[in-house]
Order: sequence, then C-alpha cells, then structure tokens
Amino acid sequence: MAQASILDRLRPHVPWGLTTPREEGGRAVVFVTPGALLEVLEAARVHLGLDSLVDLTAWDRLPASPRFEVVYLLGQAGGADRLTVKVQADGDPPHLPSAVAIYAGAAWPEREVYDMFGVAFDGHPDLRRILMPDEWEGHPLRRDFPLFEEPVEFKGHTPKVPSEIIPFFPPRSSSGSGGETPPVPG
Amino acid sequence: MTAPTRETLTINMGPQHPSTHGVLRLVLDLEGETVRACTPVMGYLHTGIEKEMETRTYYQNVTLVDRIEYVASYLEEMAFYLSVERLLGVEPPPRARTIRILMCELNRIASHLVYLGAAANDLNISSVFMYCFADREKFLDLSEMVSGQRMMPGYFRAGGVASDLPGEFVPAARAFLEVMARRVDEYERLLSDNLIWRERTEGISVLSREDAIALCATGPVLRGSGVAHDVRKVLPYGGYDEFEFDVPVRAGGDAYGRYLVRLEEMRQSRRIAAQALERLPDGPVLIADRKVALPPRAELARSMEAVIHQFKLVSEGIHPPAGDSYVATESARGEKGYYVVSDGSNRPVRVHVRAPSFYNLQTLPAMVIGHPLADVVVAIASIDIILGDVDR
Amino acid sequence: MGVIASERDLERNILTTTVDRIVAWARSSSVWPVQFGLACCAIEMMCTAASRFDIARFGSEVFRASPRQADLMIVAGRVSQKMAPVVRHIYDQMLEPKWVISMGDCASTGGLYNNYAVVQGVDKIIPVDVYVAGCPPRPEALLHGLQLLQEKIVRGGSAGRAT
Repeated sequence: MAQASILDRLRPHVPWGLTTPREEGGRAVVFVTPGALLEVLEAARVHLGLDSLVDLTAWDRLPASPRFEVVYLLGQAGGADRLTVKVQADGDPPHLPSAVAIYAGAAWPEREVYDMFGVAFDGHPDLRRILMPDEWEGHPLRRDFPLFEEPVEFKGHTPKVPSEIIPFFPPRSSSGSGGETPPVPG
Repeated sequence: MTAPTRETLTINMGPQHPSTHGVLRLVLDLEGETVRACTPVMGYLHTGIEKEMETRTYYQNVTLVDRIEYVASYLEEMAFYLSVERLLGVEPPPRARTIRILMCELNRIASHLVYLGAAANDLNISSVFMYCFADREKFLDLSEMVSGQRMMPGYFRAGGVASDLPGEFVPAARAFLEVMARRVDEYERLLSDNLIWRERTEGISVLSREDAIALCATGPVLRGSGVAHDVRKVLPYGGYDEFEFDVPVRAGGDAYGRYLVRLEEMRQSRRIAAQALERLPDGPVLIADRKVALPPRAELARSMEAVIHQFKLVSEGIHPPAGDSYVATESARGEKGYYVVSDGSNRPVRVHVRAPSFYNLQTLPAMVIGHPLADVVVAIASIDIILGDVDR
Repeated sequence: MGVIASERDLERNILTTTVDRIVAWARSSSVWPVQFGLACCAIEMMCTAASRFDIARFGSEVFRASPRQADLMIVAGRVSQKMAPVVRHIYDQMLEPKWVISMGDCASTGGLYNNYAVVQGVDKIIPVDVYVAGCPPRPEALLHGLQLLQEKIVRGGSAGRAT
C-alpha cells in the first residue's frame, strides 16, 4: 500500500528521536512532541506533497495524561496519500504552535479546538472563540464540562434527564454483547 | 470648506438575512460598494451535537447525525457508519452496499437541487426555486417510501440498512431518474446561457487553485477551481469503485464554474443511481453478526437467543473495540468524514465531524475582498454552505 | 342590475358586521411571515412555500426579509444560545399585531437537544401562539398550524398582547 511508503518518505526529513511512526489499520500515523510538530507538518507539505489539511481536531483523554490529543489529518489535493499526525498536550491551558503558516486553512479549525477544548495555539493570528458566544466561560467539549441538561418539570416528580436514562457500559463489562479486551488508545 | 474624506463603513449582514442561507453573520467593511474586509461570524446554530453524541449509543447517534447536514442526510449517515464499521471491522452485505450508494446518489441530486433553487432565488430567478423544490419533492417521496420520513431518515445501520426497499420503490426510482434527466437539461437551457445568470456569476467570486488548496476547500468548490479531487475516485469507499462515472472539473474558479460542476454532478449521480438500480443484488440488507446488527423480526418469535441479542443491542448497543477511525467520503458539499474514537464501551468517546461547509466557508473572504457587495450574495450561494454543518 | 329594488336585494348586497370581525378576517387571511429559518425545519418551511404545498394559498403570499414588514414569525429550527438575543431582537422589531409559530420540536421544547448550547424552547424568549410538533414537521403540519393560527386571529387572540 502506498501508505507505508509515506512513513518511509517522511523518515529522512524529521528527527526520528522525537516521533513515533505507526501503522494503524492501513493508515500512516505519526506521534510527535509539541516541539517537533511544525517541523513534521512542514516536511509533510514540502517533501511529501501533502498540500491539504483535511482535518484538525482534538479529544480529551481524561483521566489519562497528557490530557489532550490533537490530531492533524494531512492529505493531497488530487491524490490518495494521507498522513495522520497526533500530538499530545497538557497544561493549564495547554499550548501548541500554530500551523497557520504552513496550512492557511488551519486558521478556523484551530479556533474551534481552542473554543471547544481550551488548547491555545501560539502564533495564531486571531485566536478567539468561533462557535460559542464570545463571553462564554468554559470549554464545552472537555470531559469535565457537564452537558447542562435541563430536566423537564412535571407535577409530583422530576424525571431523569436523557443521559441518565441511557446506560453506559464500560469496556470489558460483564454483559456479553461485546467488548474484547481493548488496548488503550494512544 | 473641509475636503471630503473617505472612510470605510462597517456593516453587518445576518444572522437573519435572506441570502446567507442560514444563520451566518458577516461583518463587512465597505469602501463605497467595494468590500475591503469580510469576517464571517459563526456559531448561531451551534447545537453541541458532538458533545451530545458522546452521551448516546451508536444506534441512537444516527438521529443526531441526520441533523447535521440536513439536506444530505443519507450521505451523512454513510460517512458515520463507514467509520463505525471500520472500527468494528465489519462490511455490509452487497445488497446493502448498493442500496446505500443508490440512496446517497439520489440524495446528492436532491441536495444540488436545493443549491440551485437557493442560488437562483438569491438572484431573483424565483421560478427556478419553485421548479427545483418541485423536483425535490419527488425525491422526498422516495425517501418516505424507503425510511418512512421525508427528511432525517435514520435509515442506515452498522452493518447495512434498517430495512429492505419496498416493492414500489424501484419503479418509482426509475421514473424519478428519467424525469431528472430531462429536468437537468431544462435547468441547463434555463440558466447556462441566460444573460442575467452569466453576467452575475461568470468571473465573479473567483477562487484561485492555490487558494482553494491552501484554504482546504473540497467538493465542488475545489473542483470548480481546477483540482480533480473527488473522494469517490481518489479514495474509493463503500463500493464506489465498481461504478462508472466521471468527475466534472472546471478551471475558472468562478461561481459559474461551480454551478456547471454541480449541474454535471447531478447528471453523474443519475448515472450512478441508474447503474445501482440495474445491478441491485439479492440478499440480506443487514449482516448476520448478532453482536452488531439486530436480528430480523420474524426470528424473534422462534429463537430465544435472538430475543436476547435484540435486548442487548437495543438497551446496551454495540461495543466497537478501542481505537479511532476516519473514513473519508464525498458529501454533496465536499469531503465529509467522521473521526470516531472509541474506548470499547457502548458510547463513543469522541465524534468529530469533518464538516465540508466549515472548511469551504474559509474561502469566502478570499472570494469577496475587492469586489462589490452584490457579489457577496453570489459567493455565499456558490460555496453552498449548510449552517448545521458549519456550526454542528 | 344594480338597483336596490326591495328588502331582499338589500339583504343580498349588504354585509353587516363589526369592525373587529372584519379586521380580524383581513389579518388572518394575509399573514405574512418573516424569513426566519434557522435549521432543518427551514428546509421544510421552504417546501411549504414551494409549489406542492403552497403556503401562498393560505394568505402567506411572501416571506418578508425585513421583520418590520411581517406579521408572523415562524421560528423554524433550533435556537442556540448565541442566536437567542437575535431572535428577541427580530421579534421586537416586528410591528403589532404579531404572532409567533414555533415550528418543530427544537423551537417548541429544545427537541432532540438538551444541552448547553440549545435554548429549551423559544417560548423562553418570545411568546408563542401555536406550537407545531414534528422533527421536522411535514408541510401539511405547518399548514395546519397556520390554520389554527388563523382561527386564533379571528377569535381575537394573540399571545404577545396583554388582552
């Protein structure tokens, strides 16, 4: 598959002491430290021809540490090469370098990650909230930000809110309908 | 007497505005009639769908998924369930794959009709709006036949589709495709050489090839700027590599080019849907894996195990193994993919929607700065955004 | 013939009523909504305005772009926290008499979304006359809601006024 050769082509251009290449389900994935992030993105764009930032997102790994994992999916306009770059960040607030200089289209997704998770991107030209109102406090997609469900008021009793009705079955639950022993992601 | 001075006027367009195609707010700096700066302000439709999806099981999430890009719900469900199936490691049976592609392509036609109607309506060609919505009604009838709902079908499942096509669907779909073949020709005759349409869209809101790639545009916006990038051809998914179709590309980068791309895409979607109807294979529409898909209702009367599986799946849901997955699909507006992170439980840890309208909207300032205010309306219409997708 | 020759002719050619009733009849027969489509319900509202379901035959000939020229606000879609002040602002800009139809589950009660971002029913912000349920409501349902509103107008009711 052409995906494996992506990692081979990337290898000479980045300091391999800082990055961890991996093959996950046919996808080329690279783990980087925040310090090496811009170097890897630049190398991917210049040397591998991955000129398009397909997606930029993050997720909260609470209670694991480092808490936030920011995922960059790089692609090629007109081609099939794809590379996933993952970087983990911690801190209060966590800081990462901004990729706007490398991919102009990273401007808004970085604002969204800042808005939803509180990850600050140093060097971003205009880092402010994009989806929530400007004076909103808190970062909604963090795991410790509650959903703020409003219970419906009935006479006599207050029924449960939806997220309390829908059962949560943790991995390796004793109920038999699934969940082989999973490796922890990341 | 003091000399006359120039200053820029900052005006606000939206969020309630007939031409913003939803609740989008634009803060425009105008010098006379020329736009000097354009700042889109979003979030007026932010619904917290991604957070809501973390509190629901994978089956329940299909209702939320439908409402993100609400004119292209089948395409949305396709993207979500391809990602979930990649995590589960299952493949739907051949009949389900063909049905999915059929519904997706019919939905693509309907979505482009919404674009065409809204874009024409913005330029006061309101009869085309009426024609497009009348044609879309025929698609909504098909959707109702298949899933019971005009919009928000909730039809796809992990491992296939919820139920088989009813008997009257195939002749009705054939009739729809026949009518659409003539209708698309009619729209072309109405608009493509229409003096007003051409004056208002040719050479207007130009997006250069470099800008389109740098600003991460996809879909007709990218293909209208000369880049032959269609996820169905470049990274085939769900069985698209078995179908014959072309990908229209125009080099101009203007609104007229994007209109031509979408018009031709309607024809190609019609082609794919016709092929899907021809070669609809027999077989089940849902995989037999009882840990993933519900058993058929008839089996519930006979088998205790089926009842237990049904109970477990409905109350508990499926448990994809831990990991993350992303499958790129081509929605009506561009590349759509669901980045799903699972920890092995019955709810996703994180679902992120790669929203094509969000990325495409970044190209708006590049298209309108330095041009008259009237062209902003044309630019927004030609990008074809759905605010549910932008704001989620 | 045009000549009133007898009592019977008078009965046939003159209609007596009260000013209130005639005004209510006129108002209910030409309710012009303001374009306020927010989300998915807006697409069904557009379908209602299109040729198959044709809201114009019930009097809603045009959807005005400016709230100052409209009588009715059909809140079609989910109202997010950021949009709430805008809804109120647009409602305040409408002239009396004005009515509100809350179209769809999200506008009526918050619908599918019970979270930090969605206002749980637009009636937390503006007074609503008719609630149309559905997700999204079929165009026929919206037309039924409009008919209920017209009957309400004829009866003289309006949620926005103190009377």
